[in-house]
Amino acid sequence: MNGPSHLIVAPILIPLVAAAFMLLYDERQRRLKLGIGLLSCALQLLVAVALIIQAKDANGTGNAVSLYLLGDWPSPFGIVLVLDRLAAVMLLMASLVALPALIYAGAVWHRNGQHFAPLFQFLLMGVNGAFLTGDLFNLFVFFEVMLAASYGLLLHGSGRARVGSGLHYIAVNLMAAMLFLLGAALVYGVTGTLNMADLATRVPRLSDADRPLIHTAAVMLSGAFLIKAAIWPLCFWLPNAYGAAAPPVAAVFAILTKVGAYTVIRFGLLVFGPDAGASAGFGADILAVGGLATIAFGMFGVLAAQDLSRMTGNMVLVSSGTVLAVVGLAMEYDNPEMLSGALYYMLASTLAIAALFLLAEPIGRKEGGIAGLLAVTAEAYGGDPEDFDEQEEDAGPAIPGATTLLGISFVLCTLVVAGLPPLAGFVGKLTMLASAVHFASGMPALWGHWALVVLLIVSGLATLIAMARWGIQSLWANDEEPHLPAMEIGGILVLVAAILLLTIKAEPAMRYLENTAEALTQNAVYIGKVMTTAPVGADQP
Amino acid sequence: MEMILSLSIGVLVASGVWLTLRPRTFQVIIGLCLLSYGVNLFIFAMGRLVTGAAPIMPKGGFVDPDNFADPVPQALVLTAIVISFATTALFLVVIMASRGFTGTDHVDGKERDS
Repeated sequence: MNGPSHLIVAPILIPLVAAAFMLLYDERQRRLKLGIGLLSCALQLLVAVALIIQAKDANGTGNAVSLYLLGDWPSPFGIVLVLDRLAAVMLLMASLVALPALIYAGAVWHRNGQHFAPLFQFLLMGVNGAFLTGDLFNLFVFFEVMLAASYGLLLHGSGRARVGSGLHYIAVNLMAAMLFLLGAALVYGVTGTLNMADLATRVPRLSDADRPLIHTAAVMLSGAFLIKAAIWPLCFWLPNAYGAAAPPVAAVFAILTKVGAYTVIRFGLLVFGPDAGASAGFGADILAVGGLATIAFGMFGVLAAQDLSRMTGNMVLVSSGTVLAVVGLAMEYDNPEMLSGALYYMLASTLAIAALFLLAEPIGRKEGGIAGLLAVTAEAYGGDPEDFDEQEEDAGPAIPGATTLLGISFVLCTLVVAGLPPLAGFVGKLTMLASAVHFASGMPALWGHWALVVLLIVSGLATLIAMARWGIQSLWANDEEPHLPAMEIGGILVLVAAILLLTIKAEPAMRYLENTAEALTQNAVYIGKVMTTAPVGADQP
Repeated sequence: MEMILSLSIGVLVASGVWLTLRPRTFQVIIGLCLLSYGVNLFIFAMGRLVTGAAPIMPKGGFVDPDNFADPVPQALVLTAIVISFATTALFLVVIMASRGFTGTDHVDGKERDS
């Protein structure tokens, strides 16, 4: 390869440049900002697809790790961006959720407050950066970029409920940031490095006196990651915050918990993977138990919730609990097959959850349509409701057959989150169940696997009951046709189409994820690439 | 010196945690400030405590790194200070907005008794 592949840094640069451009225009140029934002999201999607292909190696099964040395400092001393299969999959997921959420926001929500469009791009920049970075402190910085943007987005649209839940959300995340800093500093103090691949080579060689310290550091770091991933009992902030957020914001927040899950997978399997000597599998049992508890907690939350956004907020818990439990079990028993099912399930359920957050608003919009909504917002702002009257036409033409379209999308998303055939959620759940039963068959002592099997099935049933109840109330028993702007249903349909594509192309997707999970348990390739890549300018005088 | 530094970090973090768990928003924000002071000192301490060592190596020739202060924690602490300062400022704005909406400075937006 001649020269570095600059494509790796593109997922960070595209939203950064787009957001910087948007700041040049004032708030009246909303359409222009929306256009820039959509362009940026579409570009990110294209880049993510290109990176997915780049992360395959020549024969299509191995893990082609590519490295980008920022500032051309030699690794492991400089900050590196690392692209492997897992990072590429996560990037694709983020851009697949971001584009429809922004299309949806283009109908009404992008004009309900200040700076929606740039904050949205900065959020994506933080998310993409967190997926790509190979440096622990750089990860903290991208986390903070992401969180700072998410604070602004959560408060978008204002109102008492959003400010109240935003207060809790910010306080919880500030505490998480402190934990992250303590952990990262302790890692540096014990091992003298912040590069994750370098760290993975040093942890097995630590002295017995230092080992408790690195474990303490790992506990602090995973505390920060798991608050983001909303593991029980660190998850009580999530349903409130996601339920109160504006629908497109809640949809894109569905990625944020997956950032937490991603960092747990990356850090846990790399640093405490099977090669970690005395520290191998550290904390895996806690992760598994916490994940199982999260599924149970989310399941009861889904049953108890009355409105769809809150219900979906609890489904986020079920989804991230499933992933964390499987990661814990896969780490403890070295079972990549189950991990690939969890990755597929994560992909499908995140798309469906984002779609449900978007669906909640138009289905629930009964009286007054958008005018009523805007009047309420205007009141909260202390603005003049008259200003918003002419904007109703701006939301684009309303389309006929709204209930039918919304109903079909709702049913499809329900099938995915409940894990029923024939859609993608079923494929993911079936893979996890099959490999858990296969692995633990004849061994009742592996109660973690059996608990997972039971909880996966029961949580699917609970989701189905809650969704059917809500669907009957809101779609069947309500003959009022909701006002549905074309852009809103457009965003939802893009998500549904992505789910259908994932289902139709289940075989290649599953094969890609199997190789991804396989690569995650073999760290030698990742570490070797990060530790041996020479700077570009090294051979020049 | 080690004792003084570790005691002060401990006191800062302990008071920070206690204040963060209090019901008034003002107490929470002061608690978060104290916590971030404690964390920043802790990051500094991770570069090992030395007195009178120069922060930057002179140019040319090999020098013994033991005689110089570790620059990495200094860079980390600078980043951490900037970020925690900015997020705390943002938090302050949200607290003011919450006070405006609810008329109380309780973190839940309502007094417990009412």
